[in-house]
Amino acid sequence: MSEEPKVDRLIDARNTFCPGPLMELIRAIKEAKVGEVIGVLSSDTGSKRDIPLWTSKAGHKLIGIYEKAGYAEIVVQKIK
Amino acid sequence: MSKKIVIVGGGPAGTIVANLLTKKLKKEEASVTVIDKTGRHVYEPGLLYVTLSDQDPKGIVKDEKDILNKKVRLIVDEATKIDTKRKMVEMKSGNRFDYDYLIIATGARLCPEEVPGLKEAAYHFYTVDEALKLKDALEKFDKGKIVIGVGGVPYKCPPAPAEIACFLDYKLRKRKTRDKVEIHYLSPLPRIFPIESVDPIVNKIFEKEGIKYTTFFNVESVDPKRKEVHSLEGETIGYDLLILIPPHRGSKVIEDSGLGDRGGWVPTDRYTLKVKGYDDVYAIGDATDLPISKSGAAAHYEAKVVANNIASEIKGIESRDKYNGKVVCLCDAGNKAIYMIILQSPLVPDGSIVC
Ligand SMILES: Cc1cc2nc3c(=O)[nH]c(=O)nc-3n(C[C@H](O)[C@H](O)[C@H](O)COP(=O)(O)OP(=O)(O)OC[C@H]3O[C@@H](n4cnc5c(N)ncnc54)[C@H](O)[C@@H]3O)c2cc1C
Repeated sequence: MSEEPKVDRLIDARNTFCPGPLMELIRAIKEAKVGEVIGVLSSDTGSKRDIPLWTSKAGHKLIGIYEKAGYAEIVVQKIK
Repeated sequence: MSKKIVIVGGGPAGTIVANLLTKKLKKEEASVTVIDKTGRHVYEPGLLYVTLSDQDPKGIVKDEKDILNKKVRLIVDEATKIDTKRKMVEMKSGNRFDYDYLIIATGARLCPEEVPGLKEAAYHFYTVDEALKLKDALEKFDKGKIVIGVGGVPYKCPPAPAEIACFLDYKLRKRKTRDKVEIHYLSPLPRIFPIESVDPIVNKIFEKEGIKYTTFFNVESVDPKRKEVHSLEGETIGYDLLILIPPHRGSKVIEDSGLGDRGGWVPTDRYTLKVKGYDDVYAIGDATDLPISKSGAAAHYEAKVVANNIASEIKGIESRDKYNGKVVCLCDAGNKAIYMIILQSPLVPDGSIVC
């Protein structure tokens, strides 16, 4: 995936530990409106495993994981 | 001319920064004022012991004036508006205080109303009154299912819910009622404990003691009639007694002054602890939007950085400190163990990752 989607809100959770990028995303999803797209910047490799897991369990849409220098941008859309 | 330093909030963050500033600065250099709406200081880690041991609440609540350095002026009043243009704080009483430096240390606010049904149905232990109510309910509870979780993220002291689950297990065993009580823990994360490297230890205790758990359970609503909790992820769990920590937001004055993000947290520079966009306003403790554990320990370390930097600026000293993301956390699992967790978030590029 090279074309990066436009996000409604970008959370910079790089270099953070617990509660960590996933907690930041869950909080953002709760605050967001249905249809909004949220990007999370994370340098924690666990996020690339945990965020897609949570997104599918919670019924939202993983738009993509975009690798950058030393971190990834994980983009999720609120579906319900 | 003597600078006016105003601190809003007299919790650990506000109290520590005020005391450090009065130690570092002479009267001719600065006056230090703390504004707190209650004038009482609660040692929150003690709430666990109010709930499950014989800790007298009087032992964990102190008069703020008794723990502040005598040189600090304490104003017991509620700040209702922070006006950063006019550099002043407005009070409920109508009084106003202008400042040269403002430190926001207003902590977190509990908002049970954000989760439908939570207020009517759930107990918690995050205030003295609620800890006493829960203590009473637990003393009467001798059979059934206790469900423990959090109503939202972020919440202060991330290990506290898992801690109370272990502590409760110990307490019920001592009372010899553990075989009639099921303890079920709800975690918003894919694991029990927020810190990945500590999770295996907590997991072992849960497995050994038969504490059940469900992961990825972010509470959406509570149905008090059916005694059920529903999750954002679509699951439902029944309970007889429910312990749910209410969702947190930043203080109302932050929202009313337009200084917060969507959760009412103050956007704060992670190194300088200045409120983003300002040179004379700082934020420390639970009030900030920093993605680290909301804890007294973080508040303490942040207070040191801000006190040093404001004092240096007033004295005309060039050097500035940076917050390094340090947090320390003690977890008491009843008779099982006390764990000390030291975290250093790599907020500075050369820091080391612990979790
Ligand atoms: C059960 C429990 C256990 C905990 N255990 C630990 C632990 O083991 N280790 C640890 O490090 N942390 C622990 N914590 C977390 C810790 O207590 C908090 O993180 C800490 O109190 C934060 O300090 P603070 O000064 O930022 O905010 P607070 O303590 O919330 O203080 C904020 C103050 O600001 C005042 N205020 C707010 N708005 C206004 C206004 N508009 N006008 C005037 N005054 C205002 C409030 O009255 C309050 O006095 C625990 C918390 C709980 C609930």
